[in-house]
Amino acid sequence: MALRVGDQSRAARNGLREKVLTLDSMNPCVRKVEYAVRGPIVLRALELEQELRQGVKKPFTEVIRANIGDAQAMGQRPITFFRQVLALCVHPDLLNSPDFPEDAKRRAQRILQACGGHSLGAYSISSGIQLIREDVARYIERRDGGIPADPNNIFLSTGASGAIVTVLKLLVAGEGRRRTGVLIPVPQYPLYSATLAELDAVQVDYYLDEERTWALDVAELRRRLSQARDHCCPRALCVINPGNPTGQVQTRECIEAVIRFAFEEGLFLLADEVYQDNVYAEGSQFYSFKKVLTEMGPPYSTQQELASFHSASKGYMGECGFRGGYVEVVNMDPEVQRQMLKLMSVRLCPPVPGQALLDMVVSPPAPSDPSFAQFQEERQMVLAELAAKAKLTEQVFNETPGIRCNPVQGAMYSFPRVQLPPRAVQLAQELGLAPDMFFCQRLLEETGICVVPGSGFGQLEGTYHFRMTILPPMEKLRLLLEKLSRFHAKFTREYS
Amino acid sequence: MQRAAALVRRGCSPRTPGPWGRSQSSAAAEASAVLKVRPERSPRERILTLESMNPQVKAVEYAVRGPIVLKAGEIELELQRGIKKPFTEVIRANIGDAQAMGQQPITFLRQVMALCTYPNLLNSPSFPEDAKKRARRILQACGGNSLGSYSASQGVNCIREDVAAYITRRDGGVPADPDNIYLTTGASDGISQVQSRKCIEDVIHFAWEEKLFLLADEVYQDNVYSPDCRFHSFKKVLYEMGPEYSSNVELASFHSTSKGYMGECGYRGGYMEVINLHPEIKGQLVKLLSVRLCPPVSGQAAMDIVVNPPVPGEESFEQFSREKESVLGNLAKKAKLTEDLFNQVPGIHCNPLQGAMYAFPRIFIPAKAVEAAQAHKMAPDMFYCMKLLEETGICVVPGSGFGQREGTYHFRMTILPPVEKLKTVLQKVKDFHIKFLEKYA
Repeated sequence: MALRVGDQSRAARNGLREKVLTLDSMNPCVRKVEYAVRGPIVLRALELEQELRQGVKKPFTEVIRANIGDAQAMGQRPITFFRQVLALCVHPDLLNSPDFPEDAKRRAQRILQACGGHSLGAYSISSGIQLIREDVARYIERRDGGIPADPNNIFLSTGASGAIVTVLKLLVAGEGRRRTGVLIPVPQYPLYSATLAELDAVQVDYYLDEERTWALDVAELRRRLSQARDHCCPRALCVINPGNPTGQVQTRECIEAVIRFAFEEGLFLLADEVYQDNVYAEGSQFYSFKKVLTEMGPPYSTQQELASFHSASKGYMGECGFRGGYVEVVNMDPEVQRQMLKLMSVRLCPPVPGQALLDMVVSPPAPSDPSFAQFQEERQMVLAELAAKAKLTEQVFNETPGIRCNPVQGAMYSFPRVQLPPRAVQLAQELGLAPDMFFCQRLLEETGICVVPGSGFGQLEGTYHFRMTILPPMEKLRLLLEKLSRFHAKFTREYS
Repeated sequence: MQRAAALVRRGCSPRTPGPWGRSQSSAAAEASAVLKVRPERSPRERILTLESMNPQVKAVEYAVRGPIVLKAGEIELELQRGIKKPFTEVIRANIGDAQAMGQQPITFLRQVMALCTYPNLLNSPSFPEDAKKRARRILQACGGNSLGSYSASQGVNCIREDVAAYITRRDGGVPADPDNIYLTTGASDGISQVQSRKCIEDVIHFAWEEKLFLLADEVYQDNVYSPDCRFHSFKKVLYEMGPEYSSNVELASFHSTSKGYMGECGYRGGYMEVINLHPEIKGQLVKLLSVRLCPPVSGQAAMDIVVNPPVPGEESFEQFSREKESVLGNLAKKAKLTEDLFNQVPGIHCNPLQGAMYAFPRIFIPAKAVEAAQAHKMAPDMFYCMKLLEETGICVVPGSGFGQREGTYHFRMTILPPVEKLKTVLQKVKDFHIKFLEKYA
């Protein structure tokens, strides 16, 4: 299908000439970009779905997309109140309908009044609707026990991804050995590596400790930082908490140590906290970087630069498709903050329905509201199920010889380590594949289960993992986990 | 060590051997070495500053939301605080946002969107059947039958098919392949001339000759007012020029939900169709798009309704047609009104507004005003627009923000305010201009 050099000249002879935009002429940074979560294995999963639809016989009747953190695609229901308010905003005629509760109507009217022309169809200002940014500030204050948040330091975005890319873009500067380096965890959510590749920044890996539930160790940060200073100018440190793909929830002590380290070493902190509502394990608690930073007092609270990110895609709401999110910046240079706003203005504004949804995420029904009871019930149910699925996943995988799974303390994924027989590793290498990619491909072809190989997230050399979501409905998840375990056993036998 | 620390303060570790330049045997030694030469930051010296930030970002300018718009925002705040001005409101004639200026959304579109957002409404008698049908079709194509799931990075499949069908109809049967359609998060901006077919052919030929990738921003394809003008899509013309062109010229054409008669800017809906792209490039494109996961699904749904509106025979067709004609008729009227009024003002010349949503009149700025502008370190038309804003509350964007021939000056104003308000605005601009000419004569 792809036109190679020989094809190009044949094409030329056929009157088709060489293209202007080719692999060789395109942006080389884009070529380096990889995003495993929607990478080759997922493309193959799509093909298999197509084949199934066409009636091709397979050892399975459906493809299970356990590759992506998309709760609603796996059957999770949206929160009723959120969709009611949004529908009222979309079609304000419904404000006259008896089928909607009063509190939903009030919310919708409030949001619409803050929109240009009282419509979701108008652009908003580039940082997002003022009213909503104020609501986000209040949410942050409540979450952080009263520590003030300034709406002017809050920027709504197209998912958290939009804001993360914007902040990274600001940080990238310098040439050659002075080029910006950014510390990112291994394993990491590949948005970071992809964005650094696109921006031609230097990726500096720091390894989370699998033996200690994926703990973040400052000594490791120091090691990597000092090595990195040889060939780049490290300017930023990214932390994902709760972790993706690892699911660990960092302790308060750890967060303090990270902040202290960042301050000492002159690093801008990016705190990806999109799973702040997804904490399951007993004894685990979410501590926001902002809160810890502030409570540490000066000079950290007054000088440490921080950007923290949240999203409407995860939590108990799972509204991925709406692309709602925000970033709060702390101690950012006011001139740079203006530049950031300028950069955001080129894309005009984040999608307004997503902004509206985010507003409800940060200011849900209060106990005195008519919709509270149903809201609370729906929310508890989703979170309780996720907690149960997290536990089940850990349990089933740890009962399987050759698979070891750290506790899934939070987020939406398991990232178990799998032992692969040396013959399989060898065969994979002969095929030019990462061994865990080979494993995952075979898993997909034989069971229809689509997970993402650990090589897509980064892992210690010689170890193999895969990331699987905990999102399928409970009974289906149980079956999947069992199927996967059986497949692993079969695979191990086959290549022994 | 002090010198190293000083160098580090300037921004980065030097290449000359520092304590961390040697390969140490133990991590502890490395760690303590780093500690020794920790960057000493004086209080208030930040990591991310104007000097240390990405220079390419600094170079970015986007006039449509630039300094004049920020100034307009400040003035609005002052008005809110009760500060007296020669006007009672700021008129935001800087941005092509129809609904912000009072244009009503198309009822059918919002009905379908509401049904998709809150599917319980599918049981409500207050929604027409044709809207429900559309909503069901969209929902069935979404993961978990919900707008809340990510879609494929290229966009929901059936919506891309609908877009392809729309393009094929629009272009009189020239086939469009859904595989070449990518749904996007909105599109970009343009100016108000409608190019003749001959012009488009010439451009295509030029691109073919000079091996240029063509980008055709066609977001205003539904906004054509001049009776002598027609929208010719680049794709259609390309195909009609024969295989030498249609098989070779690489083209990307763009459309959006933000303009037309819909004005759904906030939804950030859009698509692009790519022609003759190298298959490997298409793979790279999807890969790049996948990092941002997908365009907002509600925007994709809005795009679907734009390309798949009610047809004759359907329940909603009459109301839909009425609303669409009303919006477009209104815009055409305002386009003519604007052109005529500006051309009556000495020192303003406005080209015919054949399409889109803007006037880009050329203004004569007297030499003394140009000097005054330079004294204020502003482009002359920025100076003019600032004065206009401060004296009348009308916010337009100086031509220097869009690019113009050296020595000429323009501003861009939208034609979107309601007719009566637009008349007032145009009159005010006229009065201001005459006064300005007198002042700087």
